[in-house]
Amino acid sequence: MNMLQKMYRKKRRIDNLKTALVTIAAFAFAIIFLMPIILTITNSFMSSSEINANYGSIFATTQKGGKIFISKTVNLKFIPDMVTFAQYFTVLFKSPQYLLKFWNSIIYVVPIVGIQLGIATLAAYGFSRYDSRVKRAIFFAYIIMMLMPYQVTLVPNFLVSKAIGIYGTRWSIWLPGFFSPFAVYLLTKFMRRIPTEVLEAASIDGADEWYIFSRINMPLCKGGIASIAILVFFDYWNMVEQPLILLGDPDLHPLSVFLSKINTGEISLAFAVAVIYLVPPLLIFLYGEDYLVEGISYQGGIKG
Amino acid sequence: MFKFCARVRRKIHRLFKGQLSSNERKSLISWLFLAPSLLGVMLFFVAPFGVVIYYSLINNPIQKNFVGFANYINVWNNGAFKLAGINTFKFSLVAVPLAVLLSLFLAAVMESRIPFKSYFRSFFLSPLMVPTASVVLIWQVMFHYNGLINNFTAFFGADKVDWLKSDKAQVVIIALFLWKNLGYNMILFMSALASIPKELLEVASLENASKFQVFWLIKVRYMSSSILFVTIMSLINSFKVFREIYLMTGDYPVDSLYMLQHFMNNTFASLDYQKLSAAAIIMFIVVTGLVYIMYAVENYYGKDVEG
Repeated sequence: MNMLQKMYRKKRRIDNLKTALVTIAAFAFAIIFLMPIILTITNSFMSSSEINANYGSIFATTQKGGKIFISKTVNLKFIPDMVTFAQYFTVLFKSPQYLLKFWNSIIYVVPIVGIQLGIATLAAYGFSRYDSRVKRAIFFAYIIMMLMPYQVTLVPNFLVSKAIGIYGTRWSIWLPGFFSPFAVYLLTKFMRRIPTEVLEAASIDGADEWYIFSRINMPLCKGGIASIAILVFFDYWNMVEQPLILLGDPDLHPLSVFLSKINTGEISLAFAVAVIYLVPPLLIFLYGEDYLVEGISYQGGIKG
Repeated sequence: MFKFCARVRRKIHRLFKGQLSSNERKSLISWLFLAPSLLGVMLFFVAPFGVVIYYSLINNPIQKNFVGFANYINVWNNGAFKLAGINTFKFSLVAVPLAVLLSLFLAAVMESRIPFKSYFRSFFLSPLMVPTASVVLIWQVMFHYNGLINNFTAFFGADKVDWLKSDKAQVVIIALFLWKNLGYNMILFMSALASIPKELLEVASLENASKFQVFWLIKVRYMSSSILFVTIMSLINSFKVFREIYLMTGDYPVDSLYMLQHFMNNTFASLDYQKLSAAAIIMFIVVTGLVYIMYAVENYYGKDVEG
């Protein structure tokens, strides 16, 4: 065996060792990332007495009476002593309030995703065609609005909904959601990548603007629209600030706000509710992860 | 503004007379596509924002006396606002550099030859999809006084820390922030790494460049605009961390967790329009300034790298 071969082998062995170490480290990191999700799911299969026994000492401060065994320290368990669907049964069939809040969440999110994207595809087409200085300035204003923290945009939203009398109704969540600049911004960036020649060619062949928009531009943007729909869905499924301020009536609150207010007596149900709340985004994530990654990549850089 | 209106009017006039060239007509039609969004944004964001500015300059909505910057000075000197501002600043100062460095590191790891890449990507990205409300319980269990983390550190003989009710609370929120945002930043960095021209890296390796040189002189150079982008996005996201704190600790958390967002939220409750408006505008100016810096630097760097 000559020298060179030996060196090469040694180098490869070191490389392999490095890769293995990096993989193990990445794996450990990934476990930490997944831990909260895994724990929530496994805990949802515990019986209520088991959850009380495990976590009772945490939530016991406001718990009233009752003779239940509470261990001094908290036992966090991955695997329930006994797998039971009792919590899910209670949530789904015995306490309609959770389902009602879940339904509220759906009622807010679905129209917002649909209509926001509808308005945004039109607007993005308007922004990306026939660029002008005025349009650039308006687009910059959209970027600023998109990046504002909720605490700033909520003040105008609050004033408007008071002024036109929709404060405290579902419309106060819907209407600002429909016109949110987020989808417009991302879709414009996406559409600017479509070569103008494609659209011009159709124009020269006599197609009018609406035809170009609906028959040429839209099919080219399908992927972009899907990924932006996913991002918008996550954003509104997760909303907490808007309902807190714009909806006084707790009956109208989505599940995201309600989950934090589950009183301690029902702590055993909370995990099951949390999992039920997790299911729609989880399915979308598993099904559309590639779209999601693509959607995030468009955001790199402000100008597009 | 008047000039602009006059130009628009002339154009509409010529449109009806049929005098527009086809290009002008098309660009006018493109404004029609914009119309629904523009109207909505005007009604729900821009016009009421004008009212917010107005409210920030008057003494109260009934008397409507113009008071100049008195409201701003009041808010600025308000103890709660100061506390909230300092806390937010402290939080951002630690959380943002950590978020940028760790996600850059993650992206670099994901670029190297490790197996199961797509699984790792999914794992790191998953916190993005989890509704905060769903995992809040687990975080409470972990960081409670009798919770997991304390049990774990007690095993090594450390003292118990009341994570959510002491100065250490910021640590918890920083962990939550990183958990939630690292995946998102990592994807941005990965797409930036992928867009570095391969020829450049090949030339560098032919020229015997060390790994160190390749990383700092080529990769970081090419990624400079995305690093800036991620930094500012993280900074802006760090202003939005309220949701997690609210869900874990409610309206009035310990002092070290009292953020600007709590200040705004509690001011909503008291319906003090002047305070609210002035605070909103102060925040607006800060964020706009940040966005402007990002825009300007990106213009500068963008030219530099592509040219």
